[in-house]
Amino acid sequence: MDSLLGKAGGWLALVFLSFIAMVMAADGGFAVHMGIIMTACLIALWVTISKADYAAIGRGILRAPADPGKYDDDPVRWGVIATLFWGMAGFAVGLYIALQLAFPVLNLGLEYTTFGRLRPLHTSAVIFAFGGNALIATSFYVVQRTCRARLAFPRLARFVFWGYQLFIVLAATGYLMGVTQSREYAEPEWYVDLWLTIVWVSYAVVYIGTIVKRSEPHIYVANWFFLSFILTVAMLHVVNGLTIPVSLLGAKSYSAFSGVQDALTQWWYGHNAVGFFLTAGFLGMMYYFVPKQAERPVYSYRLSIIHFWSLIFLYIWAGPHHLHYTALPDWAQTLGMVFSIVLWMPSWGGMINGLMTLNGAWDKIRTDPIIRMMVLALAFYGMSTFEGPMMSIKAVNSLSHYTDWTIGHVHSGALGWNGMITFAALYYMVPRLWGHPRLYSLRMVNWHFWLATIGIVLYAASMWVAGIMQGLMWREYGDDGYLVYAFSEVVSAMFPMYMIRATGGLLYLAGAVVMVYNVWMTLAGRVRDEKPMTQTPYDEAADKPLVAAPAE
Amino acid sequence: MNYEALRHFADSWGLLFMTLVFLTLVGWTFRPGAGRNHEEAAHMIFDEDKTDV
Amino acid sequence: MTTLTQKHKKIERNITLLAVLALVTVMIGGIVEIAPLFWIDNTVEEVEGVRPYTPLEQAGRNIYVREGCYTCHSQMIRPFRDEVERYGHYSLAAESMYDHPFQWGSKRTGPDLARVGGRYSDEWHVQHLKDPRAVVPESIMPPYAFLAEKELEPGDMSAHLRALTRVGVPYSEEAIEKANEDLLTQADPMASSAEFEKRYPKVQIRDFDGNPDKLTEMDALVAYLQMIGTLVDFEAGEAQEQAR
Repeated sequence: MDSLLGKAGGWLALVFLSFIAMVMAADGGFAVHMGIIMTACLIALWVTISKADYAAIGRGILRAPADPGKYDDDPVRWGVIATLFWGMAGFAVGLYIALQLAFPVLNLGLEYTTFGRLRPLHTSAVIFAFGGNALIATSFYVVQRTCRARLAFPRLARFVFWGYQLFIVLAATGYLMGVTQSREYAEPEWYVDLWLTIVWVSYAVVYIGTIVKRSEPHIYVANWFFLSFILTVAMLHVVNGLTIPVSLLGAKSYSAFSGVQDALTQWWYGHNAVGFFLTAGFLGMMYYFVPKQAERPVYSYRLSIIHFWSLIFLYIWAGPHHLHYTALPDWAQTLGMVFSIVLWMPSWGGMINGLMTLNGAWDKIRTDPIIRMMVLALAFYGMSTFEGPMMSIKAVNSLSHYTDWTIGHVHSGALGWNGMITFAALYYMVPRLWGHPRLYSLRMVNWHFWLATIGIVLYAASMWVAGIMQGLMWREYGDDGYLVYAFSEVVSAMFPMYMIRATGGLLYLAGAVVMVYNVWMTLAGRVRDEKPMTQTPYDEAADKPLVAAPAE
Repeated sequence: MNYEALRHFADSWGLLFMTLVFLTLVGWTFRPGAGRNHEEAAHMIFDEDKTDV
Repeated sequence: MTTLTQKHKKIERNITLLAVLALVTVMIGGIVEIAPLFWIDNTVEEVEGVRPYTPLEQAGRNIYVREGCYTCHSQMIRPFRDEVERYGHYSLAAESMYDHPFQWGSKRTGPDLARVGGRYSDEWHVQHLKDPRAVVPESIMPPYAFLAEKELEPGDMSAHLRALTRVGVPYSEEAIEKANEDLLTQADPMASSAEFEKRYPKVQIRDFDGNPDKLTEMDALVAYLQMIGTLVDFEAGEAQEQAR
């Protein structure tokens, strides 16, 4: 009882503290955020003192099986639901801002719905809310099974999940109110950054703690990738987030660095958000779920070791390629370019390792839509890790930089690689986590696959054309020696490309809707009455030996 | 410390050091006797019988 | 051979060793690339004319950051013929030496703004921000009419300048003390401004949004836009240029 009283008192104190901060806030954004934190603390207080068993109620809502005592899968199940939820939100906002670029009237004339405020909402929602929840869920799933140990510190694991959701809500509402540091993919202000640091350290503690108490001698390679992702993101986040707040009761802060140094610190962060959040972490998924779904071990474990060390060593150098031909010193630009090009090798090593895992089971691409998704994910990983080094060559970059080509490149990686491998991992986990023999429908997985694939192709192709067109039109000189196009003419030339891009986004979103329905029905324990995925056609009449026509 | 000196250091000793580290890493991974360990590690995720906590 | 195998097993089986080695591996690149920028002297060549922002300009810059202008506009002209012709002299490192945070951007959905200062009239900016398509029919920029309505409430500008001093911007003690006063002075052509002008050379003083009754967010943003890229006099400073 004493401990209950202590806990409730602690939450109450936090409620009061956030209330005082809300009342004394220097600006509106900070006040709203303190209000959100106060609400979160009130909910935590209620859960602490009320006698109801919220874990059981939560299981009831999610129709989750009771804990069989084997693995601690509740946080994983919540993570799966959160991944789907934030994925839908992030894709929908992405589609909306894509349409804003075609039809500016969609900015609605409100300050909260301008492209400038919604764009960070979209990027953070898909990278950190969708991707982040997918990473937390899969890493907790994989680390338990490869270590044959339950999660260390189960309460801390739950804190990681809910703390991360609070971070997402604070970041997202902040963007709408214009609370931003304007550092791409690291926009949240100083106090949200501090909160994320606490959550992230807890995540590292749970993850490493689970590895420490493992009953399997070897640490499986997927865990190496997850581990480097967790540690490196912590380092990047802390250094890039260094700021001096104007007031401890206000949202605004000023970056510790300025100009050139600030730019390189930000792109060191920005590129490695791609390198470690979107690559190393998702490679962790790849190294577990691809072999499991294909039912054969990874093609070369040796290659995976070399892949790991060379990838994490090389990636961190590549940031300066975002600053080619800027005021950044040339030596740093060249270094960034060289390492970006070298990075092509370990990336393709990893892709080949993943694809060759299917060696001897290639027929599964035809019969298993989940394998098909994984193969497509790896193909897009290979494609964008070729395109990236190419775009980091200074001559290419002089054309591609500042254009939509970059946007196309990012999305072929994000939609193709991160999206598809996440969908595949979720389809793999859902029946197992909820104790059902199979998904509601495999044919709907196939539908999802095709909707998403066509969407990505439309997206990437239209952005290639748009980007190269922009780059060429901006630099085109006429015979008279003057620039041919005004900037505004280049803008209006983009309209058809922006429409095709939005169509691609719509298809991708539609695929995700199919997935949500499929998962929903699986959770409800339903199984769709459908033809199995492959049925080799049988024609009885044709089933006879060929009779050679008599020679004349 | 000026740029020239750093540059000179980087494309001589720095390059040599990185090459050696890389070769050591590859050599180490392919050293004789490691194959069985790696085989074991790669198959570890399929060992469904050992799901005890 | 057995000892080597033992060592190998240690790394692949020892989580602490694995974590430390991985962390060291990922730290090397960042240290080698970022650290020298802080102590190699010629990273940022001193250029005459660059000064810290006035309180009103800084408040306008904060609005620029708040609205996410950087998601569509760069502030970094690369040394190419077409860019120099379209936007002006290529950007120098020193021009953003007081930018916390930098606003170089990464995408040109709209044009570069590194030298937008003085290119258009205040009236043009106000009209364009209120309704971009009234001025540029092809524009896809969001409308920012609300800036002209909202009164400028940047908080205590002295606190802002003090925070900037902490990260290395050389504001004088006097500039910090008078920050709130200077904020009003810059938008008021009637105020006595000799001292203020001495603190911030080349400062432009006028009512920026065409509405002298009220100090709005539009005033601050236009004041900032009108000074971007105007501090360095390139015609007079040819001698300072160097081949890149």
